[in-house]
Amino acid sequence: MSQVPGSVPSSRRTTVAATAVVPGRPGRPPATPGGSGQPVAPRRRRRWRNIRLSVIAGVVAVVVIVVPILFGVIGGFKDPGQLQSNPLGPPSPWNVNNYVDILSDGRFWRNTFNSLFIGLATVALVVSASALAAFMFARYAFRGREVLFMLFAAGLMFPPAVAVLPLFVLLREIGLLSSPWGVILPQAAFGLPLTIIILRTFFRGIPAEIEESAVLDGCSTFGVFWRIMLPMARPALAVVAVLALVTSWNNFLLPLLVLISERDWWTLPLGVQQFSSQFGQDTARVLAYTMLATVPALAFFFVAERQIVAGIAPTVGSKG
Amino acid sequence: MTEVNQRGVASVPDRAAAHRPAAPSGGVPARHRAGPAARRKRRGPSPLTILLFMLPGLAMFGLLVVIPVVSAIYFSFFKWNGLGGPPGISETSEWLGLGNFARAFSDSVFRGDLLRGLVLMVLSLTVQLPFSLALALLLHQKFPGRTIFRLLFFAPYVISEVITGVLFGVVLRQEGGLVNELLRSAGLGSLVPANGWLGTRSILLVVAFVVITWKYFGFHMIIYLAGRQNIPRELTEAAMTDGATPWQAFRHVTLPLLGPTIRVTIFLSVIGVIQLFDMIFVLTGPNYGGPGHAAETMAITMYRHGFQRFEVGYASAISVIMFLICLVFALAYIRFVMRRDIEGAVTNVGGRR
Repeated sequence: MSQVPGSVPSSRRTTVAATAVVPGRPGRPPATPGGSGQPVAPRRRRRWRNIRLSVIAGVVAVVVIVVPILFGVIGGFKDPGQLQSNPLGPPSPWNVNNYVDILSDGRFWRNTFNSLFIGLATVALVVSASALAAFMFARYAFRGREVLFMLFAAGLMFPPAVAVLPLFVLLREIGLLSSPWGVILPQAAFGLPLTIIILRTFFRGIPAEIEESAVLDGCSTFGVFWRIMLPMARPALAVVAVLALVTSWNNFLLPLLVLISERDWWTLPLGVQQFSSQFGQDTARVLAYTMLATVPALAFFFVAERQIVAGIAPTVGSKG
Repeated sequence: MTEVNQRGVASVPDRAAAHRPAAPSGGVPARHRAGPAARRKRRGPSPLTILLFMLPGLAMFGLLVVIPVVSAIYFSFFKWNGLGGPPGISETSEWLGLGNFARAFSDSVFRGDLLRGLVLMVLSLTVQLPFSLALALLLHQKFPGRTIFRLLFFAPYVISEVITGVLFGVVLRQEGGLVNELLRSAGLGSLVPANGWLGTRSILLVVAFVVITWKYFGFHMIIYLAGRQNIPRELTEAAMTDGATPWQAFRHVTLPLLGPTIRVTIFLSVIGVIQLFDMIFVLTGPNYGGPGHAAETMAITMYRHGFQRFEVGYASAISVIMFLICLVFALAYIRFVMRRDIEGAVTNVGGRR
């Protein structure tokens, strides 16, 4: 891979481009040595400024993000009486029953498994179908290519909510209601536009020479796709897969409509919503369930933050 | 940029040149072309191969996206409860022409949905996006801990709207809720609304907006941060050297250069408001949309009519209106607002820099 110039996957390519800029920045160094006598005061001022910025960001982060989540987590350790009489303070005594009950009840795990299964199946479908189509869109000219591509791209403009009602009728007619595939297939279909656009752009960036030499060596079209394009596109595939997984994980409307009568297939968001309307009185228990439901998503977020960011704003991950 | 052997930089024009010939010729198969280029160009795959590659995507998209959208248009002309076969064949269906659309536009709830959508859009553009932008500019500075803050602000994006809604349902509840208890212990108990944050018609929409902002400001912030990092430092530095105040440098250098990024987030934000469902559904509990429809959205109205009252025809008409609003907005916005940066927006999505 490394002997081919320009074949660097996009995420890494950005880094190369970024470092390439650095030597061309002569403005910085002269500024410091030139004034090496005087910068003590500015430097101290700068340090104060930095601390001030940290404090501002910290206050916003704590007040806006940390406090509500902490309230939820700690609330889960109270019993209903405590939550009412002592809403702000720490629980006394700490009551782990809510968390323990939920974790030892099969329901939470079943929800988590369902979300994971539906998410992974969606990812497998949308990424493979998109990669095949994006490869054709990117590499070959054929009749109707632009029209087809516009059709897919137009899908970006339409949120799934506008089609959910006829989709429901359709799923009922073909017998996919109450089946996880009734969620997986539509999710994959609505994920196609974004995935195809991202992958097409990436495939376009792979130089034609590699492909040509493979064809000369007797590689079929599918061989080119399978043995050359897919391995080279791994970073881009990771990005679209992570995006599709997050979207599926958070989806609520479709599972609500399709799976509501099939308790065994409830996903986490559906499970949380149903749990909270069922145990509405026992707020502490609802909080415990809700907070546990955020754990998989947050854990995944800290692992895959780079890919998520690359999917929505491609340059920040490599430079920040 | 001029060093040719910098692969990252040099390859970009190369690629553009290599692919430009293919684009305008559109339908002409590569093998029919004469000239030296034809020898270099491999023979394209057969139409059958192309079809096989496109088939999985086309089948899913056609069956599960295109057909539902088209059938929503068809359903919208009927009064139909969704049973007994498709409308027109079903005995319970009745042709109404544009009657469902007339009903929607004379229904005060649906007209209210449009108005509330507009309010949410205005709030997003005047509060949510500027707040995200300010945070992005703050996090663009170098100071200790900024990576952690970036992660923290972005984290709500991966927490689903349902979980956010349930959590804030408790945070905002009347007795024992975080907000009210904090207000009371600070001696500001008089600020607590008598019917609760989620029970007072006049403020419910704004409260819902705040919760929505909680989930999405980090998303916009990340996009702004990426856009800000693409602006060469020299530009703002030059402005400052020329005596610009930080505000002037922001107003006349940073902000114009962030234009394309801002226009993309406005687009995403508006499309998001049009389809808003989950958060309202969860926040307003079993009384979907809240007391007096105070926070009802088009998608909630569609849900109530389509899935609770089985007025599938009328709910389809609402879907079609949502669809048309998206279409008209997207086309107009792309045509008039994003025209100049469409190239930037497309490459932005693909990560091609």
